[in-house]
Amino acid sequence: MPVSNTDAARIGFFLAVLIGLATGPYWADRGTMRLLIEAFYFLALAQLWNLLAGYSGLISVGQQAFVGLGGYMLFTLTMFAGMPVVVALPLAGVLTGLLAWPTAMVAFRLSGPHFAIGTWVIAEVYRLSFAQISALGGGSGISLPTDIVRGMADGRAARESMTYWIALAIMLAVIFGIWVLMRSRVGLGLGAVRDNEEAATSVGVRTVRLKFGVFVGVAAMTGMIGALIFLQKLRITPEAAFSVNDWSVLVIFIVVIGGIGSLEGPILGCILFFVLREFLADLGSWYMVILGVISVGIMLLEPRGLWGMVNRKRRFTLFPITRQVDQNP
Amino acid sequence: MTDLLKIDGLDAFYGDFQALFRIDFKMAEAETVALVGANGAGKSTFLKCLTGLLGTRGQSVVYRGTNIAGLPSFQIARQGIAMSPEGRRLFPSLSVRENLMLGANVGRKGQWDLAAVQALFPILEEKRDIPATLLSGGQQQMVAIGRALMSNPALLLLDEVSLGLAPVIVRDIYAALPDIRAGGTAVLLVEQDISMALQVSERMYCFQEGHVSLSGASAEMTRDMISAAYFGRDKEVT
Amino acid sequence: MEWINAIVQGILLGGLYALFAAGLSLMFGVMRFVNLAHGDFIVAGAFGALLLFERLGLHPLLTLVIVLPVMAVFGYVGQRLVLNRVVGRDILPSILVTFGFSVILQNLMLEQFSADSQRLSAGALDTASFAIGTLSIGAVPLLMFGAAVAVLGGLNWFFGHTNTGRLLRATSDDGEIIGLMGADRRHLFAVATAIASAVVAIAGVLMAVKTNFDPSAGPIRLLFAFEAVIIGGLGSLWGTLVGGIILGVAQGIGAQIDPGLQILAGHIVFLIILVVRPQGLFPKQKG
Repeated sequence: MPVSNTDAARIGFFLAVLIGLATGPYWADRGTMRLLIEAFYFLALAQLWNLLAGYSGLISVGQQAFVGLGGYMLFTLTMFAGMPVVVALPLAGVLTGLLAWPTAMVAFRLSGPHFAIGTWVIAEVYRLSFAQISALGGGSGISLPTDIVRGMADGRAARESMTYWIALAIMLAVIFGIWVLMRSRVGLGLGAVRDNEEAATSVGVRTVRLKFGVFVGVAAMTGMIGALIFLQKLRITPEAAFSVNDWSVLVIFIVVIGGIGSLEGPILGCILFFVLREFLADLGSWYMVILGVISVGIMLLEPRGLWGMVNRKRRFTLFPITRQVDQNP
Repeated sequence: MTDLLKIDGLDAFYGDFQALFRIDFKMAEAETVALVGANGAGKSTFLKCLTGLLGTRGQSVVYRGTNIAGLPSFQIARQGIAMSPEGRRLFPSLSVRENLMLGANVGRKGQWDLAAVQALFPILEEKRDIPATLLSGGQQQMVAIGRALMSNPALLLLDEVSLGLAPVIVRDIYAALPDIRAGGTAVLLVEQDISMALQVSERMYCFQEGHVSLSGASAEMTRDMISAAYFGRDKEVT
Repeated sequence: MEWINAIVQGILLGGLYALFAAGLSLMFGVMRFVNLAHGDFIVAGAFGALLLFERLGLHPLLTLVIVLPVMAVFGYVGQRLVLNRVVGRDILPSILVTFGFSVILQNLMLEQFSADSQRLSAGALDTASFAIGTLSIGAVPLLMFGAAVAVLGGLNWFFGHTNTGRLLRATSDDGEIIGLMGADRRHLFAVATAIASAVVAIAGVLMAVKTNFDPSAGPIRLLFAFEAVIIGGLGSLWGTLVGGIILGVAQGIGAQIDPGLQILAGHIVFLIILVVRPQGLFPKQKG
């Protein structure tokens, strides 16, 4: 297929953004880098939640379970198994995915809105359980020993650059992975399930297996992001690791405001979220009220979010997923 | 006779799918009309339009001189159109008596109350405290018709009354029709059994693929005309 | 003896959980709709009682005279104006809108009442108790349990013996054709929410007397309510009482083992029942 003008423009745009972000450690100061790292992992979490809720119809309010598990796995693997951070990070994701397996078997007994609350209960179980493990500091949490952190790279600047690049790589991998997934047969099956589960099942889409696979895969990636988050924070507590406000409420707001069910939406939502935060964070709880009102308003007025508003007039897409179907049936 | 119902060029859609095309339809007060047609011809869709279960906003469905198109179903019910829906749709957690009582919720006065319906279908009195969906198919159909009658409708819509029932039971149910009509209630019945439909009705319509393919006085219909209209070998309208 | 006491306290606490659960169960039954802000509305009811107690000097239980109708009206209007727009086949909007309400409400209460833990004193009632053998039963827990039985009994009577009750049950069975019965489904939905909100008000006021609460206390109440509903079986009001009791007893026994295990024990019993009997103990009969 020849590369069209819009494709060329798109590729050029991506390359420019990519180079700009990849060279971050060379142009950004420490504060900016911290902010960008945070933006990267929030965007990755948002994309993953969107894959669950927007593309697979699995509305979870318990993704903090996997953020927390990943974080605790990283601490356990580095502190007690003596693993280097770069090995522990992906392994934390894998282990989280393994734990997500039985979690999903329980949660999948509930459907629809009950699934949402069920995942929340399970996240609470993890939180309360980790608060009982005294080797990990119980309820008051634990800090990552400095020698483990020093083992990552020589010097603070190098460490921070490394964390930055890992965060960037995870974020890009999540977006690219979802894009590839949605263009594959799996994406087609998920779309069918989301539109009409009964019909999809009747034409042979293995609904439950598909959803199960997505849930576990998302959990594994979420776990790896969780590991990264607490590697950066250097300290973990059950409250912070399994925080519904940080890892579900904010993530859901980002997706809803930006636009659920598209890859562009969470990006837009994430940018807006950080801009709003810079200006409104001083307002304290009013800031959360404002975010809540915006989210509710968007759900009521334009459920496709800001991206849906931008896109209403002109069909335009950064990530072409939709297949063109012959117009004549 | 004045028109009870007059419909001009009704279209109906399920999403992008068009199920009815420019249907013209008329009924007089107290008239009995049969609506026949193959599966998927749009008969049930048509009844859903009449009762407001399917939107008809901006179209022309004139009932007793006012356009009821686009009204919500509860307002149409209060104006006197009742339906025994396809598949009967009884409420499983309600007893027979409670199902019947719900029909009275429409709040129209008239000859039909619990006693009258139970006199029409005596078995419903005997089974009054049993959950409605535990009854036999024929008895469930009686509950569905009774529930519709409880609203004292001016127009009663009966969708596929005989579906899945033994002929002897169908005859029992149709035996109630004269009593229903005696009070001046007009009846529009959708029926698969064409000879039954022609026998009890004064006029008939045949739908085919969402169009009216035949209409006229029931007594004048021949078997050939109907099978042509039914299966579409001949689209000529009498 | 301590164990028996823990179990008895757990049973009585189950009454409060049944009150948390009844509203949730009712709304799901009629509308297939779960209000994720349910717990926050309970806490709002508690703060409402606190406000009336402090400003008007009303007895905590008497505040219900104002809190209950205010919340019922709020529920009706909220359903008509907002929630009816998101009820439907697609559950995503309803979950996200009520989740948004949860966050908004929590933060508004935080702004208004601060994060301090509050408690409403019912005077002499707080410490009154009855002795049965060596067992001491507090007046407040007993009152809660009695209120739960009364509310559930009242709701059951309402659903069985009134026209509106019948309409709500019919809507739960097959809401699509309720219009054929001459009933406005949007109004019935709002009535269901109004009733649920009235129960929430009762639960909130009793909770304020029974335990400490703060603006962030809502979500855990949502989870308790949800667990009681699922344990009891969807669509069964008395089932929610049994579900609440099982949850309360599990928590009581957990706390007896180690205070840190109280909530966890309840969650774990819930998950076990979910795995062993996902339809709950008293599922609604299918006709």
